[in-house]
Formats: sequence, structure tokens, C-alpha cells
Amino acid sequence: MERPKKFKKEIKDIYNVITTMSSVLGVGILLCMVLLINPEIIKLSKSNSEYLTITIEEDEDKIENGIHVRTGFVDDKGLMETINNCTNCHSSKLVIQNRMSKERWVATIRWMQKTQNLWDLGGNEAIIVNYLAKNYAPTKKGRRENLTDVDWYELEN
Amino acid sequence: MKRRSFVKKAALGSLATLIGADIVFGATMPEGYTPLALGDPDPFKLFGLDTEMVLLNDKPWNIEAKAHLLNDNITPNSKMFIRNNGLIPENINLNEWKLTIDGESVQQKKTYTLTELKEKFTHYSYQLTLECGGNGRSEFNPPAKGNQWTIGAVSCAQWTGVRLKDVLEDAGIKSDAVYIGYHAADIHLSRDPKKEPISRGAPMAKALQDETLLAFQMNGENIPLAHGYPLRLVAGGWPASVSGKWITGISIRNKIHDGTKMKGKAYRIPCKPVAPGEKVKDEDMCIIESMPVKSLITYPKSGAIIKKGQKLHIKGHAWAGELAVAKMEYSIDFGATWTECSITQPVNRLAWQHFDANISFPDNGYYEVWARATDTNGVSQPMLLPGWNPKGYLNNACHRIAIKVK
Repeated sequence: MERPKKFKKEIKDIYNVITTMSSVLGVGILLCMVLLINPEIIKLSKSNSEYLTITIEEDEDKIENGIHVRTGFVDDKGLMETINNCTNCHSSKLVIQNRMSKERWVATIRWMQKTQNLWDLGGNEAIIVNYLAKNYAPTKKGRRENLTDVDWYELEN
Repeated sequence: MKRRSFVKKAALGSLATLIGADIVFGATMPEGYTPLALGDPDPFKLFGLDTEMVLLNDKPWNIEAKAHLLNDNITPNSKMFIRNNGLIPENINLNEWKLTIDGESVQQKKTYTLTELKEKFTHYSYQLTLECGGNGRSEFNPPAKGNQWTIGAVSCAQWTGVRLKDVLEDAGIKSDAVYIGYHAADIHLSRDPKKEPISRGAPMAKALQDETLLAFQMNGENIPLAHGYPLRLVAGGWPASVSGKWITGISIRNKIHDGTKMKGKAYRIPCKPVAPGEKVKDEDMCIIESMPVKSLITYPKSGAIIKKGQKLHIKGHAWAGELAVAKMEYSIDFGATWTECSITQPVNRLAWQHFDANISFPDNGYYEVWARATDTNGVSQPMLLPGWNPKGYLNNACHRIAIKVK
């Protein structure tokens, strides 16, 4: 190959490499930008996308209509003591479902201390028990209740 | 030339890395697995549940069905209740999963891989009714402690696996064996590795029944993670807590198994009947064995309004623990009169049975359709709550739906 021709070809080669690299970089930058704007697109299937969404609570201790939104607990004296001591191992939902007298809430705490690694609640115990016995007290249900909350609908044949 | 190709490769390489990372990240995300670590996942998506299922507790997971969701003869995963005592095992490795048979009354301690279990023993399939011992707890007065199940903690799926009996006999059972106890891979809520969330069992007679399985399939597919993947003990007709999930060991005991939730008041009722709210000493509590006779109206959904003269077609299932259901009846006048209706024979022992009826109503108004099953011993469901017990087990009171005729 003649020198000038070879030189010309080398220039051309370098030019090609630079264009390839620039377009590759351009695509990369574009991809990054799109990802930054809308991270949803990298999730290949619909089901995966659901799990990757992590919502950040604006206010961890927001109260709405007398209910602590994050846990569902009633807002009353002893709420924070109850959250801090009673939702580490199990969900607040387990507490909220139950209705017990003061004596039985205490018995439940003793059972958890004996078998479930619950710590000594110290001065907080009385506060927590009072909160629970007041807000989650048993109601009389009798031997069989009426059917309530019936969702009425027309049944076609 | 060398330098040039190096530059080229590097450029393409970085792009590949960029794209590769994205693809790998998306594609290797194991469904329903990593999210557990992230916390706060949507259980309905995580476990593939019908959106009408009811979440009782999210740590640990406790989710129940509603009556009308259970209309299928074979309960699909999407409508099957979840009752977990601890946290779902993390990082399940099929190749390393082992089942150990040990205990005082085993002749030779033995360990099997999943492949060995599947290859060495004959496979069997049964439809088996699993009902939580605390199903119906929410109705007890005074209230009983625990998850407040209403009526939906029952299922009847098709379970496939090997007979526990075949595996126990392969290891050898000593003549002094009285009980088996299971051990599993789930994690205690306190994350204390020394604690088992639950380790229950059954007497040898139940363990050696043909239908007691070490199952690896549910409804023809791998058992879903929440239901015990990859190996579950399935003992139909008994409190579902006997059917341990994520099984890693079975101990053949020379005494009643003393694992977690075998003692105290767990899965026990007073040996002798007590008044509502009465205190019962632990030593006066007896272990629940067979579940009682029960039924559920699964069609139509409660709240149907029909026209005068229109007949109402009802459907449902009935089961009776170790026994079968011999008779099925319904009442539209709060139990003043009962009408017998047809009920199928169980597909196999311990499978629930299906009933249906066409009901005429005499006039406009509010009605309740009550269903009542009677087992092969002549024992029926009560219309009121059965005997109160401290932990609120075994509520088999008649199920009913509300109907309006206008």
C-alpha cells in the first residue's frame, strides 16, 4: 500500500472508531437518562415491577381520624410505647384483631416473655396495658351474632 | 491495529456491561423472594392470591378466604388460606435440602435428599381437607386470643408426595414409638435461631395412615412457597398445624412430641367442658386430634336478592375430620325445620364432599339459609357456638348466608 493511501485509510479507521464510540456512548447516555427519568422500564415483567417499588412514608407517625396510619393503632395515651414494644416481632395487626381485659393482656405479655423472647417492659408495662385494655377491650357477643355488613346484590337466574 | 481493537472492545464492553447489568438485575429477581428482604411487599401479588382474600396479619402471614371464594371442588392456591407461625424460610436450596428421620424410636437415623425421596418411594395423590384449628375463633365470647379467623381457614387441595409411613418404615420404627414430631426451616419471629416457631406432630396411628404424605406437589405443581415449598407434611382431617411446612426432619418419639405449640394451651381444648371464660390449668388441656364435622355454603355469596318465585341454587362443601359426612341439610327458618339435600361421596378418605340444593321460598322477605352436616357417627354441627375454650378452637357452628326475596 502507498504511504498516503495507507495514511488516509488509517484516518478513516480512526474516524470510524470515534463515530462508533460516540454513538455507543450516546446510546449509553440516552439509556441512563431514560432510566433516571423512568426507572420502571428496566423491569422486564409486570410482576417484578410491583416488588421493586419502595414507597417512602412521608410521616411515620401520621394520625388520621384518630388512627395511627402506619400501624392502624388507635391514637391514645400509650400509643408510642405500644408501637415501640409490641411491633418488633409481630405485626400490629395481631394486636388490633384481639380483644382482652386488663388481666388477659397482662397474661399475654407474660406468655410472650416466657416463650417468645419479649423483654421486661419496666415502667412501660402499665402504660401499654392501660392503652390496650381501654382501646381493645372485649365486647359482649352472645352465643351467635346477627349477620352484619351484608353486601346486597341482585342474583340473576 | 492492536490498540484500535482494544479500544473498540472496551467501548462495546462497557455498553454490554451497562445493558447486561440491567438485564441481569431484572431477570434474576426471583419472584416472591428478594421482596421479603425489602419488606412491605404486597402479599396478594407475592403469593398470587385472589384480591378478595382477607389479610389478618402480615408478620407472620395469616390470610383467609371468604366462603364464596371456596366454591371450587379443589381449592386453588389463589384461594387457599395461609397460616404461618414464623417467618418464611430464606434462601431455599433444593440441592441441599435434606429430610432427617431421627428420634428415640427410630431404628437407624437416616437422611434423604429430595431426589432420593422422590426416586425411592412410590408417589400418591389425595385431595385432603386442611382446616386451621382456630378457624371460627372470631365468634367466641369472651374472645379468644390469636388470629381472629372467621370461616375461611379451610381448604381441600390435591396433594402429591410419598407416604410418611413408607419413609418411616425405611428408617425403621422401634416398638416403643408413640408419636412423630416435625422440624422445619421456618424462622422464629424473634429471629432466635434456637427457637422453632412451631414443631407439632401426631400419634403413630395417624402418621402411618395411607393418606399422611410428605408432599412435594400441590394441585400438580411445586408447593407454593407460603404453603411449605419444597416439602410439606400433610395430615388431612386434623388441625392444619399438624401438616408442617418446609419440613427438614421427622422425629419418631417414644413419648408425646414436646415441640413448640404441643404444650400449654396451644392446639388443646379443656379435657372436660368449661363455662365461657373459665380459667383452665395447662394440665387440664387435651391435644386436639380429628377436626369436627363442618360445612360451608360457597354459592351464592351471602347477600343475594332474588325475585319471588325464583328458586335459589345453593352449593357448598362438608367435611368431618377423620370421618365422612353422612347427611347434609339446610334450613330457611332458623332451624325450625330442616330439609335434607344431596351430598357426594368423598373422592378419597379425608377429602371434603360437595352438596347442592334448589330452594323455594314461601314469600317475600329476609331469610337466612343455614347448612348443617352430620358425620358418620351421627354427630351434627351446632347452630350456636360449641363449647367455649380458652384458645377458641373448633368452632364448627352452622354456616349461614343472608337472602332477600322481593
